[in-house]
Amino acid sequence: MKHESVETNAGLLIILTLAVISVGGLVEIVPLFYINDTIEEVEGVRPYTPLEQRGRDLYVREGCYTCHSQMVRPFRDEMLRYGHYSLAAESQFDHPFQWGSKRTGPDLARVGGKYSNEWQVQHLINPKSLVPESIMPGYPWLATTPLDYSDIEQRMIALRRVGVPYSINQEEFDANVERFGEETAVMLDINRAEDNLIRQAQEGNFDGDRSFISEMDAMVAYLQVLGTMVDFNQYSEGYFAEFR
Amino acid sequence: MSENAATAGSVPASTAVPSEQYNYEIVKKFSIAAVIWGVLGMAAGVWIASQLAWPFLNFDIAQITFGRFRPVHTTLVIFGFGGNALFATSYYIIQRTCQTRLYSDRLSLFTFYGWNLALILGVITYMAGITQGREYAEFNWQIDILIAVTWVVYFWVFLMTLLRRNQPHIYVANWFFMAFILATALLHIFNNIQVPVSLTSPHSYSLFSGVQDAMTQWWYGHNAVGFFLTAAFLGMMYYFVPKQAGRPIYSYKLSIIHFWAIIFLYMWVGAHHLHWTALPDWVSTLAATFSILLLLPSWGGMINGIMTLSGAWDKLRTDPIMLFLITALSFYGMATFEGPMMSLKSVNALSHYTDWTVGHVHSGALGWVAMITFGSLYHLIPRLWNTKIYSLRLIYIHFFLATIGIVLYIVSMWVAGIGQGLMLRAFDEYGNLAYTFTESVVFLHKPYVVRAIGGGFFLLGMLIMAFNVAMTILTAKRAEPVTDASRAPAATAS
Repeated sequence: MKHESVETNAGLLIILTLAVISVGGLVEIVPLFYINDTIEEVEGVRPYTPLEQRGRDLYVREGCYTCHSQMVRPFRDEMLRYGHYSLAAESQFDHPFQWGSKRTGPDLARVGGKYSNEWQVQHLINPKSLVPESIMPGYPWLATTPLDYSDIEQRMIALRRVGVPYSINQEEFDANVERFGEETAVMLDINRAEDNLIRQAQEGNFDGDRSFISEMDAMVAYLQVLGTMVDFNQYSEGYFAEFR
Repeated sequence: MSENAATAGSVPASTAVPSEQYNYEIVKKFSIAAVIWGVLGMAAGVWIASQLAWPFLNFDIAQITFGRFRPVHTTLVIFGFGGNALFATSYYIIQRTCQTRLYSDRLSLFTFYGWNLALILGVITYMAGITQGREYAEFNWQIDILIAVTWVVYFWVFLMTLLRRNQPHIYVANWFFMAFILATALLHIFNNIQVPVSLTSPHSYSLFSGVQDAMTQWWYGHNAVGFFLTAAFLGMMYYFVPKQAGRPIYSYKLSIIHFWAIIFLYMWVGAHHLHWTALPDWVSTLAATFSILLLLPSWGGMINGIMTLSGAWDKLRTDPIMLFLITALSFYGMATFEGPMMSLKSVNALSHYTDWTVGHVHSGALGWVAMITFGSLYHLIPRLWNTKIYSLRLIYIHFFLATIGIVLYIVSMWVAGIGQGLMLRAFDEYGNLAYTFTESVVFLHKPYVVRAIGGGFFLLGMLIMAFNVAMTILTAKRAEPVTDASRAPAATAS
């Protein structure tokens, strides 16, 4: 076939172009859904609680990913600075993923538990008050804005549709008890979402004010759980390398 | 009067003034929109660059903090400035090269309003905190649907015009535009599969999660560069460079080879944004390999463009538009060399997450995309309004401001990126980390100031262009009523 036949036939040009541009994506993306080793087999990773998920929504809303990554790479300096490198399993319930592409600020994949709630609240309100050299903006409105959780059930139903194992009936609840244990399964029950959210905010007391459920409660609850779900002492050093 | 009418009516269609034979109105609209969004988008860029240098500029106001405003900048420059320029030039080029009028005035007008409405809604929603949290695809799901509909109409207008061509051959620029339209549709749809919280909610969750979501996003992200910011602008190049040079394309064969190679290879390389992450190694190795291969067709395009000027190099001394076009191709060559190098895993280990990437993007975005657009618009606008450019001198000034701006930008980001990368991986004599993260932030201040200044230069050039374009159009309009008066009765009489 001479190239001239493509140059004189718009239909042929379109068909050939579509064929040529489809190959790369098909070869690289489709297998990721079928190769089992893509996501490591690991204990402890669970979906976010209603409060943590609302915190994650706020993290997305404020565009935190434009300056912070959530993906520790397997390098000596990163492991010293942030901890164990990130596993695919750890973001398996992240819709959307927030790995980020730029570190204007440090990686946050394992920030959970590194600082106290009080530190996080103060730092979010005014970063310079704790880190004078910081160039991060302040987020004082998080502390003063009440958290909107009116659509928490709808949000969890949407997440359930995309594959997050939040339970909506007894059968799914039982499956969650088996998979994550009773305590976690209760938190993943859509029917009890609002109660769970309020209870976690009050008991966790993330923003230092139990009577007022603020956006700060949700944001800090989310930050404090980041990277804490897997107990890396359980696994030998070489175990995760098998999946790479 | 009747004599006038008789002569005007007897003019055969082929020699009718271009503005009647072709639909220039739609091209004018998109051109003006490109300039306006260019000014706004680049101003937003200088603003967020300044926030990084002087963080008090965030003012604790939610709507303008860096995190919400950065998508405003990227959206306005890529889809506002770049997108409108592509609509304008593709609608112009397809009419000129097919020697036929655009398929439908109404549908093409729909693409204008659909596209620009999406941009306005995008800016408002980002500032209000409504985003999908996907880089360069932050539009929420309702706006995504508006864009998809607009895009299908764009495809239809383009295809139907192509089918009505009065030339047996489809000109090379149109291959690139067609590939760009098809690929962008594919990418936009697959990267925006979302489940809304409810039909009335602006919020949604992506269908994919974690590693698959990351791969889909960067397959989209890099091909937004490959097709939106490269293939389509090559289409622009393939028309305006030969036109402005007054010479045919250097090698026809080369254009065939590099067209098919570039659209095939680009689709493989997105995963180089995910080196050393939890993405399986086999994907990132494939992506790195294809990224290296991509150097060849990229340089094929650059060579084809630059060599078109062979035998007419003197034009660089006398024609500032040619300066824009050739400088654009030079930056294209540079950026497409730097890109494959940064996609090597060992280089990427240092460059990823740093400002080196930001600098690389801007050597492509400012150096290639914006410069080729400036040159093309300077060529196009006087022709659309059937006049001369208001000031050639201002084009020269724009060129030098833009070039100085780019150099300041890229060099400061090299310093920032490589510097921070080296600091973060440095160890002291005891094997401990030599620097805290905060120390690297302190180091970034000076490069950030220089970058903001470089951006300021570039923005100043853009403002001068806006002034030059506005004056050109106003001058043309002042002259217009005379021609209108002589034509109007002719049209009714015939």
